[in-house]
Amino acid sequence: MTERPPALPAGPAGTQTAGAQGKSPALTSRHMSDASRARLKKRYAAEARFRFYGVAAITLALAMLVLLIGSIAWRGAGALVETWVSFDVYVDPAVVSADDPANPQTNYRKLVYEGFYQQFTPALSRSDQRVAGSLISSGADRFLRNMVVSDPALIGTTVRLRTPAGDDIDQMRKGRIDRSLPQAERKITDRQLALYDQLVADGDIGLGFNSVLFTSTDSNEPELAGIFGALIGSLMTLGVCLVCAVPVGVAAAIYLEEFAPKNRITDFIEVNINNLAAVPSIVFGLLGLTVFLQFFGLPRSAPLVGGLVLALMTLPTVIIASRAAIKSVPPSIRDAALGLGASRLQAVFHHVLPLAMPGMLTGSIIGMAHALGETAPLLMVGMVAFITSVPSSLTDAATILPVQIYLWADRPERMFIERTSAAIMVLLLFLVVMNSAAILLRKKFERRW
Amino acid sequence: MPLSLVLVVIVLLAALGYAMGRSRALAAGGGSARTLNSVPRYYGSYVALWAGLPSLVLLFIWNAADGAIIRGMVIDRIAMATSVTAPAALNLAFANVVNLANGALNSDGADPNLLAAAGYYNHLQDLSGQIAGALVLVLALCGLAYALRRVRPALRARNAVERVVHTLLMLSSLLAILTTVGIVLSLIFESIRFFTHVAPWDFLFGLQWSPQTALRADQVGSSSAFGAVPLFAGTLLIATIAMLVAVPVGLMSAIYLSEYASRRTRAVVKPLLEVLAGIPTVVYGFFAALTVAPFFRSLGQMAGLDVSSESALAAGIVMGIMIVPFVSSLSDDVINAVPQSLRDGSYGMGATRSETIRQVVLPAALPGIVGAFLLAVSRAVGETMIVVMAAGLAANLTFNPLEAVTTVTVQIATLLVGDQEFDSPKTLSVFALGLTLFLVTLCLNVIALRIVQKYREKYD
Repeated sequence: MTERPPALPAGPAGTQTAGAQGKSPALTSRHMSDASRARLKKRYAAEARFRFYGVAAITLALAMLVLLIGSIAWRGAGALVETWVSFDVYVDPAVVSADDPANPQTNYRKLVYEGFYQQFTPALSRSDQRVAGSLISSGADRFLRNMVVSDPALIGTTVRLRTPAGDDIDQMRKGRIDRSLPQAERKITDRQLALYDQLVADGDIGLGFNSVLFTSTDSNEPELAGIFGALIGSLMTLGVCLVCAVPVGVAAAIYLEEFAPKNRITDFIEVNINNLAAVPSIVFGLLGLTVFLQFFGLPRSAPLVGGLVLALMTLPTVIIASRAAIKSVPPSIRDAALGLGASRLQAVFHHVLPLAMPGMLTGSIIGMAHALGETAPLLMVGMVAFITSVPSSLTDAATILPVQIYLWADRPERMFIERTSAAIMVLLLFLVVMNSAAILLRKKFERRW
Repeated sequence: MPLSLVLVVIVLLAALGYAMGRSRALAAGGGSARTLNSVPRYYGSYVALWAGLPSLVLLFIWNAADGAIIRGMVIDRIAMATSVTAPAALNLAFANVVNLANGALNSDGADPNLLAAAGYYNHLQDLSGQIAGALVLVLALCGLAYALRRVRPALRARNAVERVVHTLLMLSSLLAILTTVGIVLSLIFESIRFFTHVAPWDFLFGLQWSPQTALRADQVGSSSAFGAVPLFAGTLLIATIAMLVAVPVGLMSAIYLSEYASRRTRAVVKPLLEVLAGIPTVVYGFFAALTVAPFFRSLGQMAGLDVSSESALAAGIVMGIMIVPFVSSLSDDVINAVPQSLRDGSYGMGATRSETIRQVVLPAALPGIVGAFLLAVSRAVGETMIVVMAAGLAANLTFNPLEAVTTVTVQIATLLVGDQEFDSPKTLSVFALGLTLFLVTLCLNVIALRIVQKYREKYD
């Protein structure tokens, strides 16, 4: 307290230090005042506050990321397993013809249900049979059919059929339907519960790996719906996109970076590319609809059209990344090649391109990863249909993984939420793999000149 | 002949041409490449290009054109056979014919006229394929023979090949312009058709949006209205909420990462933030619809507020999270571009770090940040999947974020999906909306890119 300097700047303080401060004697004293200490404290508080905002912002963003991934993983983890029911079915030769087990008229359904009812002792009454029938998936006959078709020797024998349970039973088995609620408030009746308990007691029902999810296509029955068809559709679409976008993008980048004269046209192209990169993706969908579907008459819902639309969309990304890669190759490489008598094209193709290749690949992979997750433009070209077959050619109707997710997200059945989340996890897995590949590639081949 | 077979044959002929051209050049040079003008493989490429390129171009043109021609011929045939003249009915009949011909439609009990037309259609398709295959192969062989005859040591094969490659490179770069032209033309043409039904004035300033066209005149809500203001308002509302989330969070993270964070923190946090940008929008949509919207709804119930389950708030906040990495990485770039000397000057004057950032760095980086902001707005306006899944369908003209609103992109996505008739105002309105969307985002992008570019030049 005793050292308190005069508050007014006019009062000269006796002790001066040398240097810059010496020129304004008032400064030293001012720095010691209460007011200035308060000011300083305030400034430091503001500093700490500002810093805290920064940390808070990052924490918030990362928390959202964790919440997003966490909520999807939490919802989707259940879909890795499915409730399966096993029971004996007698493949009656009177129903299944040994010559033609694949005949669509064959009543496998009858065999399945007859077998399933036999499972219960005492024998079920007629009304109980109907209740019991709802415990197994309505597509159970498909499993029996596949078994018999792949091995016709089974006809006339009794086989152990393993089939998914109905979706409500599955949800209850996983604890998502509370069985302690009164009957009116849950989706499962007491009678169903009794029969279910009987199956559990016999050990005929249990959780197993959900192979259906990865091997079958879309279905109205959630327990039978899978992503295999969408996955193949995605791969086909992405293949078309890759084949179209990467060569054209690289070629355009080479031209713009190495050969294009500096004039208004190339400036215009450049502005164009930058703008296209920021055009909303749904506009590309409208373009695809009018040009590819209406004008060229290509088929709707086809991976070919989807791939072309995505190619137009990713082209700017590929061009921009490739140009950056070419630009980073030092001019001395070109000069050396030209000096040894190479033509300009030879210099580019033999010397610049190999050096720019890792950067171009990285950019292309990132562009492809983006295309893989894109949904909106593909809705416009009709890839949103309900498709239950695996596409076998580029012009077949197909759907893709993100669209499948979109379609399933709209379904009211609880089990579809689980499946949607699982499909999202598969999609994210693909994206992680692609992006890691891009990062690895960059790390491995990155070269500083 | 199937298309793929023709393609394979062309490729094989080109490969053959390459081998023949190369060996012929070597033979002409007396077994050594020394007397040749170019390296032998250029002679090979020369012949291969002559064999492959013209035939591929012909094949492409033929395939682009034959659909329309066959369609016209089949429609003429149907018109003669059934005396139907209305274009819409003819188009429908043609679609049925195609389905019959593909076997997508069961031929039992179909109209015999259509069945005959389907047979005719198949016949024409086969014929067209055969003619195309034959013509293309003849052209390829001619090209091969012509080029082979021209191979001699004095032929400047390298220059010729390089000219072709150069042209191909140039054409690739023109594709970017072509895409833009395609977008603009397709949107404008369809929009003009829409504006013959609805006046542009009514579209831009009308307050009522109900695009369902009535089946009967006396039906409730039979008059469809195409006033897009509620859509613009909804888009604006959701985009504003998104920006209210994205700009503070994105900007503050960028500032922290570039000014405060240690190198190690930066190396960990920056890629993690970019993960947010890599997540597909459909995943955000699912998250918004299933996690965030119910959360706000129950929160609102606790506070006694009625929050719609498709509230603009949920969609906007999730969209904001999606845009955070976009804002932060762009701002990061511009903040890093501010020269260190400016900061040093400020520190030298005794300013604290936050004062330096707020009073020196940010003003210097402001144009770039504004550019980033505009690009982010354009992103938010054009974003589709989040709003399709989490925002509403009904066009409410409201600025209450707790209510459901709809956006331009939602309408585009929902009006067109599953609809195949291209002459109702309902379908055509999509293109007018698309055109508006394109123009708005284009303006935002052009201004933003120009600002960002100008700013970069200043400090480089």
